[in-house]
Amino acid sequence: MSDLRYTSDHEWARVEGLLVTVGITDYAQDQLGELVYVELPAVGTTVNQGDEAAVIESVKAAGDVKSPVTGTIVEVNESLNDSPESVNNDATGQGWFYKIEIADTSELENLLSETTYNALIAEPS
Amino acid sequence: MANTTPLYALHRELDAKIVEFANYQMPLNYPSGIITEHRQVRESAGLFDVSHMGQIKVTGDSAAESLESLLPTDLSTLDVGRQRYSFLTLDTGGILDDLMISRFEDHYLLVVNASNKHQDFDHIAGSLPADCTAELLDNRSLLALQGPLSREVMSRLCPDLRTMRFMDTMDTEVEGIKCQAFCSGYTGEDGFELATNYDDALKLAQLLLDQTEVQPVGLGARDSLRLEAGLCLHGNDIHPNTTPVAAGLTWAIPASRRKGGSKSGGFPGSEPILLELENGSSLTRVGIQPEGRAPVRAHCEIVIPTGESIGEVSSGGYGPTVGRPIAMGYVKSTYSHLGTELRAIVRDKPLSVKICHLPFVQHNYKRH
Repeated sequence: MSDLRYTSDHEWARVEGLLVTVGITDYAQDQLGELVYVELPAVGTTVNQGDEAAVIESVKAAGDVKSPVTGTIVEVNESLNDSPESVNNDATGQGWFYKIEIADTSELENLLSETTYNALIAEPS
Repeated sequence: MANTTPLYALHRELDAKIVEFANYQMPLNYPSGIITEHRQVRESAGLFDVSHMGQIKVTGDSAAESLESLLPTDLSTLDVGRQRYSFLTLDTGGILDDLMISRFEDHYLLVVNASNKHQDFDHIAGSLPADCTAELLDNRSLLALQGPLSREVMSRLCPDLRTMRFMDTMDTEVEGIKCQAFCSGYTGEDGFELATNYDDALKLAQLLLDQTEVQPVGLGARDSLRLEAGLCLHGNDIHPNTTPVAAGLTWAIPASRRKGGSKSGGFPGSEPILLELENGSSLTRVGIQPEGRAPVRAHCEIVIPTGESIGEVSSGGYGPTVGRPIAMGYVKSTYSHLGTELRAIVRDKPLSVKICHLPFVQHNYKRH
């Protein structure tokens, strides 16, 4: 059973107490293609659930990472600046984007379970 | 429902990501991905399906002079067995489409952009005199084999092609498959394009893919390869509102068609174009080097440090061979000097860019 929760915008969130690690799903990285640039938020900024928190650029197109929860950014994955391809190689591991301290844990109820997310991406687009 | 090329089933079998382009279902990339496919072409050989492109055959006694009334080129210097870059111009001086024109024994063949092929055909057919015919060959396909090892591959399969030089053409057979071969492409590399009958294309593609040096390459890498090579994409870098002078394509207009030449003018838009050739254009197409790592893409505004808008990016993205973002676009000619420091507006933020030399990657055409 996965400990990840998901958004319909293809972000994942790993919840450990009040700390939430955020990234994009393997499905999202596959759709985007090879990432060539990542713009991370500044540590200390506050973002709302659904706000654009990071920018991603693949060889094909630009996209964004919407924050799955409201809170304060406490750490970012600086290694993505030099190796954005980590997101392609290991989207839910080495390819994490940032850690955020959640302001309101009730927001977690808005996130999707793995089963629901997998059903979502299995639908023909 | 979008059209398909004769290789559609093969693309699906190779697990390509399919996208609709110019009303065709085309492979964007295969599972190896755009960057790997791009490198494949720079280092070895890549096979492209470009069967969506238009092939227009023009025959007739006055074909050459009739085509010269549409194209600012001089067909008296285009020998049988040779190909040349040109463009269809509009009365405004804009570019309706760019194309490759080849001369064969009894006809001219124009290869035009997929999105424009019906419009180009109507434009050409509508202007030809009674003794000429234009035919849009829809029972044909076009494959491109591009990269430094493509010559080795083709020499093995068809020794005729071994000695072809850049922009040579010939009728030949590749292991029994009839082809028109062109020593050209859209990647900046040595390579060949092979036009065949629709029914032979799959067999030819499979034969090429059976060669150890060759991998399939999709439209994604085709775009990054041509951008690194500084080549224009019609619809982005050139279009009905850009002129050949602003686009830096005047090398394709020979002296005989210019002011004082033996066949001066006489093509659509010749007046504004020849005037601009003398006086210069207000805008100029330039190479743009973003200083940071963020790609600067088409339609980004270009400004001077005070914020005044002086141009726009026409194509931009990531260059896998140079390993950084690259772009081209139009700026006011006074800002077009190499090294000029400008800003491109990306997501409302000004990013530092510099005017740079084109191409980003040296061309490796086999000219001699």
